[in-house]
Amino acid sequence: MEETRDIEALIELMARLPGLGPRSARRAVLALLKKRGQLMAPLAQAMATVALNARDCAVCGNIGTADICPICADPARATGEICVVEDVADLWAMERTGAFKGRYHVLGGTLSALDAVGPEELGIPRLLRRVAEDGVGEVILALNATVDGQTTAHYIADALAATSVQLSSLAQGVPIGGELDYLDDGTIGAALRARRRF
Amino acid sequence: MEWRDEGLLLAVRPHGETAAIIEVFTAAHGRHGGVVRGGASRRMAPFLQPGHQLDLTWRARLGEHLGHFTAEPLRSRAAILADRRALTGLNALCALLCLALPEREPLPEFFAQTVALTDALAAGRGWEPLYLRWELALLDALGFGLDLTACAVTGTGDDLVYVSPRSGRAVSRAGAGDWADRLLPLPPVLLGGAGGHAAALALTGFFLTRGLGPILHGRPLPEARNRLADLFTRDGH
Repeated sequence: MEETRDIEALIELMARLPGLGPRSARRAVLALLKKRGQLMAPLAQAMATVALNARDCAVCGNIGTADICPICADPARATGEICVVEDVADLWAMERTGAFKGRYHVLGGTLSALDAVGPEELGIPRLLRRVAEDGVGEVILALNATVDGQTTAHYIADALAATSVQLSSLAQGVPIGGELDYLDDGTIGAALRARRRF
Repeated sequence: MEWRDEGLLLAVRPHGETAAIIEVFTAAHGRHGGVVRGGASRRMAPFLQPGHQLDLTWRARLGEHLGHFTAEPLRSRAAILADRRALTGLNALCALLCLALPEREPLPEFFAQTVALTDALAAGRGWEPLYLRWELALLDALGFGLDLTACAVTGTGDDLVYVSPRSGRAVSRAGAGDWADRLLPLPPVLLGGAGGHAAALALTGFFLTRGLGPILHGRPLPEARNRLADLFTRDGH
């Protein structure tokens, strides 16, 4: 049908988003159409603005709408601590906690032998330059507790071994609200190895 | 089609939003791939990590289909994650198996050797000589095995210090004669002695590169194995 081609195209594009399939994309588009004024037009405008302005921070790799992201531009966060994360989603997760007041470095992935991702493809050389030039005192390796994540963490630790910077990594163990009976062996083992005086 | 077997997880790739495609090395079905529904979930992701041992059931309508796995954890080797050296060894092991092993060809003896090596990696000590002997076993399983039992020239089992790059057979010092500079050094660690880890890895690397030539198409061995070679070189063994 000629007259619904644009709507079909919109549904097709929406269905490519994570968490949406063709059926849920159809429902989302229908909801947008019903709230054209209140939701669809502002959403379209916001998307157009972000598409035009969004860029990677030249310092840390975070996504923002300026060359330097607000975290890197904030003088109060120049604490000499850099938290290394795999992805922008991990940075957002860390920021949600409000527990970290330093700056970040987004690698944009992990080393992967199977996918031929090496240090050059990630932001590792840029991280080494930052550590050398910015007077960084501590690098916190907040990488995923997976084989690829920890391989990358060990690689970075090796690369920084010759510097005087202090290296730390996130603790691994029992999550808040976790019940031992439901945890996998690896997590319980890691928690036991990382036990602390009570 | 359906079978149940024990397997070592070699690689995991996301498939859609919730599933994963895994590659495993099993005792009776060799290297095998399949989809795990919910493989990216919070419940399954912790044990769907390379190096972990799984109880697997594979199902497909036809044998040549990719098929689906249901997986249960048998043995966790999460301790390797905290050990830089062992993790380098595990990465090299998984990368080599993914590259070199033929699909769906059972290699039960080699599987047992691989499990023994991953156990040693998880223990974190003394796995280096085991790894080197494992690469010899890999060459053997692929049909490019070296014969390090006796000299190819004199037949003696003593003073074996070289390997012929052509035949892959050991050569003694006396048997080498004027040809010594054309032979590859045979490090003592490959004969049950100590030392020469980096040289041993260079030796097995030479034969792996040559044997896997049709797969590599001029590319080097996986980067993960190169990192292990760097580690052994830095150790100075």
